[in-house]
Amino acid sequence: MLEVCGVRKAYDSPQGRVQVLDGVDLDLGAGESLALMGESGSGKSTMLHLIAGLDRVDQGSIRLGEVELSRLGEAGRARYRREDVAVIFQQFNLVPSLTVAENLALQARLAGRLDAVWQARLTAALGLEQLLERLPEQLSGGQQQRVAVGRSLALRPKLLLADEPTGNLDEQTAGQVLELLLGCVAETATALLMVTHSSTLAARLQKRLKLSGGKVMSS
Amino acid sequence: MIRRVGWVLLALISHWRRHPLQLGCLVLGLWLATALWTGVQALNQQARDSYDRAAQLFEGQAGKVLVSPDGQSFDQAAYVTLRRLGWPVSPLLQGSLEVRSAVSGPEIIETIQLVGIDPLTLPADSALNRGMGTQDMAGFISAPGQAWMAQDTLQRFGAAEQARLVSTAGVALPPVRIRDELPPGLVVVDIGRAQQLLGQPGRVSQLLVDRQFAESQPALPEAVSLRWEQREEADLQRLTESFHLNLTALALLAFLVGLFIVQAAAGLAMQQRRRQIQTLRACGASALELTLALLLELFGLALVSGLLGLVSGYLLAAALIGDLSASLRGLYGAQVSTHMDAGWGWWLSGLAMSLAGMLIATGAHTVSALRQSLVPSRHPPGWIKAQRRTLWSLSVASLLLLLGAAVLWVAADGLLAGFALLACLLLAVTLALPLLLVALLGIGRRFARGPLSQWFWADGRQQLSRLSLALMALLLALAANIGVGGMTEGFRRTFTGWLDQRLAADVYIRPAGENQAEDILRWLRQQPEVTDLLPSWQVDSKLAGWPIEVSGVIDHPLYPDTWPLLDAYPQAWQLVHQGDGVLVSEQLANRANLQLGDTLGLESPHGTWTLRLVGIYPDYGNPRGQILVAADKFRSHWPQVPVGSIGVLSDGDPTALAEAIESRFTSARVADQSSLKAYSSRVFEQTFAATAALNSLTLGVAALALLSTLLGLADTRLLQLAPLWAMGLRPGQLGLLSLAQLAVVAVLTCTLAIPLGLVLSWLLVAVVNVQAFGWRLPWHWFPYQWMQLGGLAMAAVLLAACLPMARIARARPDSLLRQFAHEA
Repeated sequence: MLEVCGVRKAYDSPQGRVQVLDGVDLDLGAGESLALMGESGSGKSTMLHLIAGLDRVDQGSIRLGEVELSRLGEAGRARYRREDVAVIFQQFNLVPSLTVAENLALQARLAGRLDAVWQARLTAALGLEQLLERLPEQLSGGQQQRVAVGRSLALRPKLLLADEPTGNLDEQTAGQVLELLLGCVAETATALLMVTHSSTLAARLQKRLKLSGGKVMSS
Repeated sequence: MIRRVGWVLLALISHWRRHPLQLGCLVLGLWLATALWTGVQALNQQARDSYDRAAQLFEGQAGKVLVSPDGQSFDQAAYVTLRRLGWPVSPLLQGSLEVRSAVSGPEIIETIQLVGIDPLTLPADSALNRGMGTQDMAGFISAPGQAWMAQDTLQRFGAAEQARLVSTAGVALPPVRIRDELPPGLVVVDIGRAQQLLGQPGRVSQLLVDRQFAESQPALPEAVSLRWEQREEADLQRLTESFHLNLTALALLAFLVGLFIVQAAAGLAMQQRRRQIQTLRACGASALELTLALLLELFGLALVSGLLGLVSGYLLAAALIGDLSASLRGLYGAQVSTHMDAGWGWWLSGLAMSLAGMLIATGAHTVSALRQSLVPSRHPPGWIKAQRRTLWSLSVASLLLLLGAAVLWVAADGLLAGFALLACLLLAVTLALPLLLVALLGIGRRFARGPLSQWFWADGRQQLSRLSLALMALLLALAANIGVGGMTEGFRRTFTGWLDQRLAADVYIRPAGENQAEDILRWLRQQPEVTDLLPSWQVDSKLAGWPIEVSGVIDHPLYPDTWPLLDAYPQAWQLVHQGDGVLVSEQLANRANLQLGDTLGLESPHGTWTLRLVGIYPDYGNPRGQILVAADKFRSHWPQVPVGSIGVLSDGDPTALAEAIESRFTSARVADQSSLKAYSSRVFEQTFAATAALNSLTLGVAALALLSTLLGLADTRLLQLAPLWAMGLRPGQLGLLSLAQLAVVAVLTCTLAIPLGLVLSWLLVAVVNVQAFGWRLPWHWFPYQWMQLGGLAMAAVLLAACLPMARIARARPDSLLRQFAHEA
């Protein structure tokens, strides 16, 4: 379902131009999960941003189903982000002024496919029923990340991207969030690509891929 | 897509739920800016409408009329003669009449301008003729007739249409009919009825002449001793143009200062929403949808603020219209309605201005937020780098504006160019303010020794990134206050001194016609307390396209002793009385570009009279140009013009003498020196009442800009102060340190505002006033006024700082600890 071929990406930095990704290939089927690992600066987050349609490749191609990302214009990429993929960020990126209920429904509403029954099931599964009217700042880190997971899954995307989703959480909470995430992904047959430093977390996923210096070192 | 834009919009406006104060500041800023701008526009519009109504009353454009040589009423036989000769003329009788309402309730007595017309012979393009059918005309002419007036005039009497007002002499006016095209304070009746009401049977004061016929200005038959004149209303627009432009410039400044509040609040809001916008983009909102949602949000805010501003602007105008109307009446003789009537155009243009202001103030922040990368920056710029970039941009803009000012100074001319020069200079220095403050704080840091003192100066520089806008608003408002205040105070002193010199006679009289002048002179010569008489003769004329008054004065030592001259040949008065010397008022000399020694060709019934300019004198407050010539020469050129005014020197009680003259010669206008001075001073104060109000409001708006910024800063300030708290400083100390930092930058800003205000006041005196009014005042400075304004500004700053600083001083340990958690 997801095919990444020969992706290259470079950035300008104060030290000059840095080649962040240098010919990366990967593929992921529907319902599969993949852990993208590597040290800081290895290009994991960049890879995730490129697949999420937040950034553009310098070279190579990214294809999700029939959609070839490099061929999409700005409007097409917005539709792709809205309907096909969902991203869970390390910093949660909830809208601070919207309530939990509004945050949960945000992306599904934008995509025009809010399913109230599914939303209610997700809310219950994530243990958020008592928190629906709260604002994000009134939640703990773990609760906020559960809302972020719920927002992504409410869409029932083809591909779920998670950038260090448990990086800001303690070990116990991280474990709970991951359980929920994997459970929901399995139920919806969504493909999951997760960026993580943790080999323990990576071990829970079906596939693992290690990046180093912008190249795939092992899989 | 519409649905998605709606959801994005809902997400965006949810920000204001968490930051109601920020929303309040943003709305308040635009509200005030719109109120001040639209308030002044309403005043200007009101005045212009009144001028238009007056100008279009008898003719669509500048109208020529025939008047008697002495400007008094004349026998209607002249009208009959001209009509018989085929001249398309129409008689008009005009005069003041005291009228009281005949309705129940408290009696209201008002002086109106009564105009008697003959509708059958009125020029075809007169506003009075429009839409008038045969039936209307019959109703106007036949008994009981009609008294036409505008709604605002009728409201003064608290009466309704068809009411019958009564003159104080007890004669009833015809039933009232409302004609809104009439200027305020004017009542039109049939000429026969006007002759009866004004006690002038068989008299007319002017003959209106068909415009096309008048353009050829045919020679008058010898039997008719009348002269051509321009109707005064046609000149009002031109004469008052500068007055209204001055008000507009001040309102624009106030609008600009108001936008600083909007800019500060919107900047903070957009900064706080950057991640929210990134998230929305990541969730699939396209750039177009986000742009539309942001525009809708801005439009909605502009609409709400604009409507509030319009209502407040209307109320502000209603509060100031009385003074403005009195001032325009005193200065130009212009009647301006005090009944506010804002049309659709005003409401719509006010809303458009509000929207434009919102886009100007928030546009850069919005574009920057929309253009931000969807990916979190790998190398976010540090504050010092960001500040340097801002300072660089501001410096370039400031230099360009200075260059613009230099070009305007050298190459441009005219009032608009004067204002443009002023604006360029004011904005150039304002934009350079952050750079100057950074430099001054840098000096402070160089001398700092202790660690806290080093932090104080270094952190002060960091705060400038966020404080700059509010400080710029403060600088603008203070400089404007110092500049305009200095100019006004200088004008007040010069004007008072000039009045003392100029009004040297004890009593002034304007006789009503030739016979009365002779009678008054004869009577005065018999009064033992009268020591001397100064009759003078006046006639209206034009020079270089400007309406002027030619005045003939007698040879009397009082003139060279008391009449102030700005520039003159030695023995100028002797040259006036011995040869063909002429003294010219300053505004006429400036407008016609006249220098000492120039020759002037003055049209008179006896041909062109060539005169040599021997002196220039100040004539403040007079919108028309004036020239002084020797009385005997004047009389040889205008032998038919009677004495126009008489100055009386007396060693008795001037007030008693004035009263005696008034009771003996009822139709003459008499005033003693002190009441004339009091009247002039009142007109002066009224003239600057609107200016003073706008100035004070601008300073208030600047204080609000500072409050808005400080409230925003207080939220993020804890993050910067938490490390100091962790190192052992108490929250109270942190609050005081922050207050001291603000006081330092505010004092520096006030100090910089003084030289800028002085330059502004000099430009107003030497450039703008000369272009606007034609006179140049001596330039004064008033250190006591600076201290007052500086003290007021500092009080405003400290007041604005109270709440945010109290928040810091009262910060609880848990809120300070949370800063470290957020940092992680």
